[in-house]
Amino acid sequence: MSQIWLVPAFPLLGFLLNGFFGKFFGKRFVTIIAPAAVGFAFLQSLVLFFEMRAADGHRLVETLYTWMATGSFQVDVAFQVDQLSGLYLLIITGVGFLIHVYSIGYMGAEAGYYRYFAFLNLFIFFMLVLVLGDSFLLMFVGWEGVGLCSYLLIGYYFEKHSAAEACKKAFLFNRVGDFGVLSAVMLIFVTFGTLNFNIVNAEAATQLESGGILVTVITLFLFLGATGKSAQIPLYVWLPDAMEGPTPVSALIHAATMVTAGLYMVARLSHLFVLAPFTMNMIAVIGAATALLAASIALTQTDIKRVLAYSTVSQLGYMFLALGVGAFTAGIFHVMTHAFFKALLFLGSGSVIHAMHHEQDMLRMGALRKKLPVTYLTMLMGTLAIAGIPFFSGFFSKDEILWKAFSSPLGGGGFWLIAFVTAGMTSFYMFRLIYLTFHGESRVDSHTAEHLHESPAVMTVPLVILAVLSVFGGFFGVPHVLNFLPNGMELYFKGFFAQVPETTPGSAAAEIGLMVASVLLAVIAWSLAHRYYSTSLDAVTALRNRLQTTYRLSLNKWYVDELYNAVIVQPGKLFSTFVLWKLIDQNIIDRLVLLPGNVARGVGSGLRLAQNGVLQSYALIFSLGAMLILGFVLL
Amino acid sequence: MAFVTTTDLIPLIPELILLGAAFVVLLLDLFAPGSQRTTLAVTTIVGFVIALVAEIQLLDSGATGFYGTIVADGFSILFESLYLVIGILTVLLSLHYLDDHGIGFGEYYVLLITAVVGMMFMTSSLELLVIFIGLEIMSISSYILVGIRRRVPESNEAALKYLLLGAFSTGFLLYGISLLYGATGSIRIPEIVVALQEPGALNNPLAIIGVALIIIAMGFKVAVVPFHMWTPDVYSGAPTPVTAFLSAAAKAAGFAMFVRVLLTGIPLEAELWKDLFWAIAVLTMTVGNVMALMQNSVKRMLAYSSVAHAGYIMVAVVVGTPAALSSVIFYSCAYAVMGTGAFGILTVRHFGKTPDSYDDLAGYARYKPCLAFLMSVFMLSLIGLPLTGGFIGKLQIFQAALEEGWVWLTVIGLLNSALSVYYYLRVVVCLYMREGSVPDGAVLEVAESPGFALTGLVGAASVVVYLGVFPQTLLELAASSVSTLF
Amino acid sequence: MIPISHVLVLSALLFSIGVLGVMLRRNVIVVFMSIELMLNAVNLSFVGFARTMDDMTGVIFIFFIIVVAAAEAVVGLSIILSIYRTRKTLNIDEFNLLKW
Repeated sequence: MSQIWLVPAFPLLGFLLNGFFGKFFGKRFVTIIAPAAVGFAFLQSLVLFFEMRAADGHRLVETLYTWMATGSFQVDVAFQVDQLSGLYLLIITGVGFLIHVYSIGYMGAEAGYYRYFAFLNLFIFFMLVLVLGDSFLLMFVGWEGVGLCSYLLIGYYFEKHSAAEACKKAFLFNRVGDFGVLSAVMLIFVTFGTLNFNIVNAEAATQLESGGILVTVITLFLFLGATGKSAQIPLYVWLPDAMEGPTPVSALIHAATMVTAGLYMVARLSHLFVLAPFTMNMIAVIGAATALLAASIALTQTDIKRVLAYSTVSQLGYMFLALGVGAFTAGIFHVMTHAFFKALLFLGSGSVIHAMHHEQDMLRMGALRKKLPVTYLTMLMGTLAIAGIPFFSGFFSKDEILWKAFSSPLGGGGFWLIAFVTAGMTSFYMFRLIYLTFHGESRVDSHTAEHLHESPAVMTVPLVILAVLSVFGGFFGVPHVLNFLPNGMELYFKGFFAQVPETTPGSAAAEIGLMVASVLLAVIAWSLAHRYYSTSLDAVTALRNRLQTTYRLSLNKWYVDELYNAVIVQPGKLFSTFVLWKLIDQNIIDRLVLLPGNVARGVGSGLRLAQNGVLQSYALIFSLGAMLILGFVLL
Repeated sequence: MAFVTTTDLIPLIPELILLGAAFVVLLLDLFAPGSQRTTLAVTTIVGFVIALVAEIQLLDSGATGFYGTIVADGFSILFESLYLVIGILTVLLSLHYLDDHGIGFGEYYVLLITAVVGMMFMTSSLELLVIFIGLEIMSISSYILVGIRRRVPESNEAALKYLLLGAFSTGFLLYGISLLYGATGSIRIPEIVVALQEPGALNNPLAIIGVALIIIAMGFKVAVVPFHMWTPDVYSGAPTPVTAFLSAAAKAAGFAMFVRVLLTGIPLEAELWKDLFWAIAVLTMTVGNVMALMQNSVKRMLAYSSVAHAGYIMVAVVVGTPAALSSVIFYSCAYAVMGTGAFGILTVRHFGKTPDSYDDLAGYARYKPCLAFLMSVFMLSLIGLPLTGGFIGKLQIFQAALEEGWVWLTVIGLLNSALSVYYYLRVVVCLYMREGSVPDGAVLEVAESPGFALTGLVGAASVVVYLGVFPQTLLELAASSVSTLF
Repeated sequence: MIPISHVLVLSALLFSIGVLGVMLRRNVIVVFMSIELMLNAVNLSFVGFARTMDDMTGVIFIFFIIVVAAAEAVVGLSIILSIYRTRKTLNIDEFNLLKW
C-alpha cells in the first residue's frame, strides 16, 4: 500500500522527540533522531515515487479524514503524490537529509543544538504537507508552517539584533503575500465550490472565461503570494536579510525548498494560470526583472552569503520567467538542478565560514583552496553548474529556459536578452566568488590562518554528493536539439501541465546558435572574473573608481531598502508621529487601526460614559432596555 | 405506591457524584491542615472526572426521571460535560492563584462544585421551577466565588454588583415565569409549549409579557446588550480563575437554558421576536467589540470581548434553524475553552505580579515562551483564524445565517470580527515584539510556570487546535444533540 | 372574591416600586430590600394565579422563592458586611472602583 502519510509522519515524530526530549537525552540522541527522521522520509518517498510512476494516471491519493462536512460543502484532508509532488518529495527529503547530516558538523558547537534540529524537522514536515496536500487547505497549512519555521530559524541567533530584525522583516513581507493567497483561495472557493486542486484544474477551462477579469484577479492574487514566498519583486528584500540564520538553514529553506513553494503553487495550478495571459505576462516580466536586478546586485556584494542570496533571488526569477512563458517543465527542471547546486554552494560557503570562524567577508579570504581542497573542488563544480558551462546540470536547465523564453508564443526576444545578460552576470559573480575566496593572495588575518582546516567528513560528504548531483543532474532533461539522450523531464511530466499553444517550433539552428552564444558569454564572463579577481585586486579597484555610480548602485542593492524606507516606512512614521501623535497611543496596532479604530474609539468614548461604575446606572440601563423590549413586543 | 423510585435518580447520577465530592472536599478541608491544598484540588478534579465518566455512560440511555422533569438527552449531556471540563480546567488554574493571593479557603472548591451542579440542573430540567433553582444554586455559589478575596475592595465591589444585579434580574425571571404560569396554567416546558401553540394563545398579553421578561432575565445571564453592564466590572473584579469559569461555564449554561427554554420550547418564529433578537445580536457584537478596543487592561478587554462573543452566538439564535442551534453549541464549547485559556494565562505571575495591562505582557516571548505561544493560540482562535476552534465556530454560525438569507447580519458580524482583530493582535504584539523591563525590586521568576496551570493551559490549547483540525466529531455531536430537542 | 386583575395590578405596582427602589435609593441595604420587594410582588402574582386556577403549583413555587430569597439574603448581607469593612460606607454611589 502507498502509505503517503508516513512521509510527513517521520519528520513530525522527529520534531516531537527532539523538541520534547532532546534537552534530556542529549546531543547524541538528537544527532541520531533528526537525520534519521528525514532519511526514512526519503526512503518512503522513493518507494512512493516508483509506485506513483506505475499507477494509473501517475497519481496516488490518500484521504486521511473528512475535515468538515456541513450543509453545502465538504472538505477532505488528503495527500496526493503525482508527477509534481513526487519530484518535490525527492528534492525536499533528499536534499533535506544531506543538509541535516551536514548540520551535525556545522552546528555541533551550538548551545541550542536540539532546538535547531527540532525546528529543522518541523520545517521538513510542513514543507512535505505543503507539496503533498491535494487542496488549498493543506497547502495553506504547509505554507504558513514553513513561514513560521523559517521565521524561527532566521531568528535562531536571536540575541543578535540584526537577526531579530531580519526575522521580523521576513515575517512582515510574507504576511503581504499571505494576504494574496487567502484572497485568491476565497475567490476560488466561491467560484468552484471546492478547494481541491484537481477539480480546480479540471474545471478551470469550463468555469472561467479565458482572459476574463475573475481569473486574472485570482491568479494575480496567487502570484502576489508567490512573490512573497519566493522572493520576487516587490517582496524579495527579506531573503538577503534572511541570511542571518545559520548557513544550512539558508541552504535548505532559502535556496532549495521553501522559496520554491511559490513556483510550486503556480505550476500546480498551471491550468488556471494559462487562462490568464495577462498574469502569465506579468509573471514573466517580474521574473525577468528580478533575475536581472538581483544578479546586478550580486556583482558587488562582498559577503559570501549575500552573493549567494542574491543569486538565489536571481535564479528564482529565472524560474518564474520560465513559468511565465508557459515552460512549466523547464521551470520545475531548473527548480531541481538549482536545488542541487545552490544547496551545494551554500553548504560550501558554510564550510568556508566554519573554517574562518564565522567570517563572511570575501575581502578577508583568499587562497583558501590549499587549506580547504574538498570544499574548493565541490564549490567549483557548483559554480560551473550555475554558470551554465556545458554538460553541467545548470547548463541544460538554464538553456531550456533561455530557449523557451525566446521561442514560446508568450515569450520573445526581449525576455531572452534579459535572461541572456543575466546568465553572463551569473557566471561573472560566481567566478568572482570562487576567485576571491579560494585564489589570489591570502587576506586572512594571521590568527584565523593558524586555525584554518578542512571541515570534518560529516560536512564534506554531503558536499561531494551534492557536487555529483550538480554535475550529472542535468542529464534528466537534455534538450531535444542535442538529442543524445531523451528529454527525461518532458517524458516525466507528459500531459501534466497545461499546454501553451505552440506557434512554429523554432529552428534547430537557432536553438544551437543561442546555446553557443550563451556558453560563449559564460566563458567570457568567467575570463573577466579571472582577470580581475584571480591574482590581486588592484585592477578591480581601478575599474571600481571609474564606474563609481554604477558600482554604488549595485553595492547598495539599488537602494531598494532605502526606497521602501523612504516611500512607505518614513511617510507612515511621519504621518503617525505628527498627525496622530496626540490622538492615539503610540503602539503598533493603533497605528494600523487608523480610521476604523478611531471611529470605534469615538463611539466607545460615548459608551464609556454609561459604564461609570455606579451600580444604579447599570440597573437604570437594564430597566430601560426591559421597557423598550416590553414596549416593542406589546405594540 | 412510591412517588419517586430509584430509577428516577439515574439521570441525576453525575449531579449526585458531584454533591458527594463536595462533601468529601468540605470534610477534607476540616480535617486536613492548611498545607494540604493540593489534596483538595485533586479531590475536586477526581470528582469532576468521575462525574464526566458517568455522563458519558448516560449517553444514548435516554434516561428520564421525576415524571419527565429531569432528562438526560444528548443536549444536556453535551453541555454538562462541557461544564465538567471547564470545572477541571478552572481547578487546574486556581491552585497557584489561590496560593499567590492568600486565598486559603477550602470552600472555594466546594463552591466551584456546587456552581457546576446548579448549571447541570439548569440544563437537564424541563420544569421552570427546577431550572430556577439550578440557576440560583449556580448564581449564589458564584456570588461568593467572585467576592472570595474578601479583603480586596475590587473583589468586594464585583461581588456586590453581581449579587444585586443578579437578584434584580432574578426578579424579572420569576415575574415572567409567574405570568407565563398564569397564561398557560403550567410551569413545565412541554405543557407550556402545547398551551402556547393553541390558536390565539400568543395574543394573550400575559404570555407575551411573560416570555419577554424571561428573555430579559436570560439576556442578563448570557450578558447581551443592554443587560451586559455587569460583565466587565464583575469579570475584572473577580479572581481570574473565577472569571474564566464564569465567562466559560456560566455563559454556556445561560445559552443552554436559552436554547432549551426559548428556542425549542416557546414558539418564537414570529417576525416580532426575530427582529428583537436581531437588534440584540447587532448591539451586543458592536458594543462588546468597540468597548474591548478601548481597554488597557487585558482582563477587562477579555471581559468585553466575551460580550462580543455572546453577540456572535446571538446571530445563530436569530437564525434559529437546527443548523444554527448546533452552531450555538459548537461555538459555546469552542469559546468556553479558548476563553478559559486566555483568562488562564493571566493567572500566572510574571515579573512578580499577576499581569493585567498590555504592558504587563511585554517580554513574555523571552521569559515565558511557552505561555506566550499558548496565549497566541488562544488569541488566534478568538480572532477566528483557520485551524482553530474559533474559526470553525464562526464559519458555522455565519454559514447558517447566510443559508437563511441573513446577509446584513452576516456582514455586520464579519465587520465586527475584523474589528476584534485589532485588540487581540495587540496582545500578540505585546507578547512578541516588546521587550519587557524587569520592574525595580521585582523578583524575576525564572522558575518554570506552575505545573497544574501549565497542564490545564496546554490541554486547553490542544482542544482549541483539535477543534480546528478535527471539528467533525463535535459538529456531529452538536447536530445530533440538537435533534434530541425537537 | 377578589378578581385576579386586582391582584395582578397590585403585584405589578409592588414590582415597579421595587425596581424604582433599586434605581433610586442610595443605601445598599435599602436597595437589597427593594429587591426583596420585587420577589414578594412575584409571590403575590403566583398566589393569585394559583388561587384562580385552583392549582397548587404556584403555591409550591412560592415556597422555593422564599427559600432562595433567604439564601440570597444570607450571602448578600455577608458581602455587604465585607464591603463595609474595606470601604467604611454603604453608599452605593461610592462603589465605583471598577468602571470603563
